[in-house]
Amino acid sequence: MRANCWMAPNNLAVKNVPDPQILNPRDAIVRITSSAICGSDLHLLHGYIPAMKKGDVLGHEFMGEVVELGPGVRDGLSLGDRVVVAFPIACGNCASCEQGLYSICENSNPNAAIAEKVMGHSPAGIFGYSHLLGGYAGGQAEYARVPYADVGTIKIEDDLADEQVLFLSDVLPTGYMAAEMCDIKRGDTIAIWGAGPIGQFAAASALLLGAERVIVIDRFPYRLRIARENTGAETINYEQTDVLDALREMTAGRGPDACIDAVGMEGHHASAALHAYDKAKQATKTETDRPHALREAVLSCRNGGTISVIGAYGGFIDKFPMGSFMNRSLTMRSGQAHVQRYMRPLLERIRKGEIDPTFIITHTMGLEDAPHGFDIFKNKQDECLKVVLKT
Amino acid sequence: MGRTTIGVRSVTDSLGIERAGQDRGSEGLARFLGWLSLGLGVTALARREQVSRLTGVDDSPVARQVLAAAGIRELGHAAVLLIPRRARWGAWTRVAGDVLDLAVAGQAMKGRRGERRQRLTYTTWALAGITAVDVYTAVRATRGRRGRDANRVYGSVTVNRSTAEAYRFWHDFENLPRFMSHLQSVQTTGDRRSRWTAKAPAGRKVTWDAEIVDDRPGELITWRSVDGARVPNSGSVRFVPAAGGRGTEVRVELGYRVPGGMFGARVAKLFGENPQQQVCDDLRRFKQVIETGEITRSDGSPDGSTVHQQLKQRPAQPLATRGSGR
Repeated sequence: MRANCWMAPNNLAVKNVPDPQILNPRDAIVRITSSAICGSDLHLLHGYIPAMKKGDVLGHEFMGEVVELGPGVRDGLSLGDRVVVAFPIACGNCASCEQGLYSICENSNPNAAIAEKVMGHSPAGIFGYSHLLGGYAGGQAEYARVPYADVGTIKIEDDLADEQVLFLSDVLPTGYMAAEMCDIKRGDTIAIWGAGPIGQFAAASALLLGAERVIVIDRFPYRLRIARENTGAETINYEQTDVLDALREMTAGRGPDACIDAVGMEGHHASAALHAYDKAKQATKTETDRPHALREAVLSCRNGGTISVIGAYGGFIDKFPMGSFMNRSLTMRSGQAHVQRYMRPLLERIRKGEIDPTFIITHTMGLEDAPHGFDIFKNKQDECLKVVLKT
Repeated sequence: MGRTTIGVRSVTDSLGIERAGQDRGSEGLARFLGWLSLGLGVTALARREQVSRLTGVDDSPVARQVLAAAGIRELGHAAVLLIPRRARWGAWTRVAGDVLDLAVAGQAMKGRRGERRQRLTYTTWALAGITAVDVYTAVRATRGRRGRDANRVYGSVTVNRSTAEAYRFWHDFENLPRFMSHLQSVQTTGDRRSRWTAKAPAGRKVTWDAEIVDDRPGELITWRSVDGARVPNSGSVRFVPAAGGRGTEVRVELGYRVPGGMFGARVAKLFGENPQQQVCDDLRRFKQVIETGEITRSDGSPDGSTVHQQLKQRPAQPLATRGSGR
């Protein structure tokens, strides 16, 4: 089959690789109809996530048709079913899964011992997301093997288009969980750093969950425009406006009730000097992640407020404003999305028309063009916000 | 209560898998040598006259300076040996010092006759004796660290199953090869007896018989190989309810005696190059099997969780074994 492979940092190639096969009783093989490029794939592309190997198949947002089933798959999954696949691989049986914390499944990372060396304890395995998180082939391909298929898929039984349901695999639940972690109450103002797909869905979800006001912060006017037009958020361009001042002004000095970091480890800063400082530290490996958005979120948040970290971090950050965080009684919540927990209720919201996730799609192309898709997404060319790959 | 000495002896990592207990004996000896060094160092510096007379080098100002230098060096050994966690390599610094002392004593003997030579001879013998103790301590301490002569290993894991289920699964010894990667098969041959077959290097096999020596349903199983096994071994597993409905803590202790020589070395490999790592990997797989019904496999680690495999990952793309396109 054809698959988009990571060959070296900033070097991808669509290559012929073997077809996947059933390795375990609870596996399914899915013939992929649509997949997508995720912002977190860019961290892999740039080489900031450790433990990548030449030839790794990328992609953790995908859907398709079940073409093969292991003998142990329960829950009425059958051949020919149209399914969306959740990006965290989760067994459904361990204590974490039973609590709905699927992205920290205790069994799905066969390379847990490596992850423990870096993180202390291991999170779940993830499709196409480094050997630290399992070494699973991803879904930017014609076929994929889906372990614990009875837990990791949702069946799509009506005539919703791929584009309407594909984002149940990651970005929609991820944005939704970012908003949910803010524990939104009536009258809340939510500030969101990053107007990528996650930031867009976080903004839409925050308003859906009852926020009074949502403010999205980015530096690309087209992304801010998409947020204003589709989610009802207000926007700040941090290259033109001082974010702390603007947020203080907009909330009459209180600060936002909760702040969402939807940027993660490759943040940028309006000040060239500050950006250069973190870029240099990252290059010399004295920090792995550039936490500009996180620092600003902490300083901006109202006393007693909540920081929701949904942007991906890989390792260690520097100059975290701990004094501000501690003295002002802030709370931080975080995690990779527990996708399996949100797929059903969010599919319901899509069906009812409460949310139409298609507004983030700016580009649709064939799998063969995946490296080009990465390129325009990475360089924010042609107003790129989300690339869907068709196979 | 539920607390045991295992928790004191070792640290516990993620999933509660415990790391190797260390060779406490050699550490004690190293500590003793540390105090000895401290005593020698202080004596050599404070009572330089008496010490130089005793060793037979009271005739030379150079020798007295050498003695003072040796005293300072002894304080260095003491510092290294008495700092916890450094003691293992500290013993080797003493061996290096001993070699130096013997060389100096040999040099000093060349120019001396009579009673001084006699005293130097005694000194040299004493130094040789101390050297032997130091070498023994150093070898034992550092070898223990690599786990070669550790013959007991511990491990624990928490599983999301009741003690009864965990006990029942383990009690059927024929289940053991599903998660103990070095075992090929276990056959139940009688009420308490079973026949174990393990994989050996070069495609060979080792077989032995084992019997259950203690069996408390839902609590504990202890087994050992019967007389005549080429690798005498024993094991026990305890099932303890984890507080607040957190499942079951499974605590395993394995012991085996590796006979010496080439054969012994080969058989030791049976248990993996690192028996402690082996037990950790086995328990991780035990958790996978009892909770999910299968061993977790990925394209990078198609054979499941082993540290060995994690270090030699395949690329994350499907295996080629079945070939042809769909």
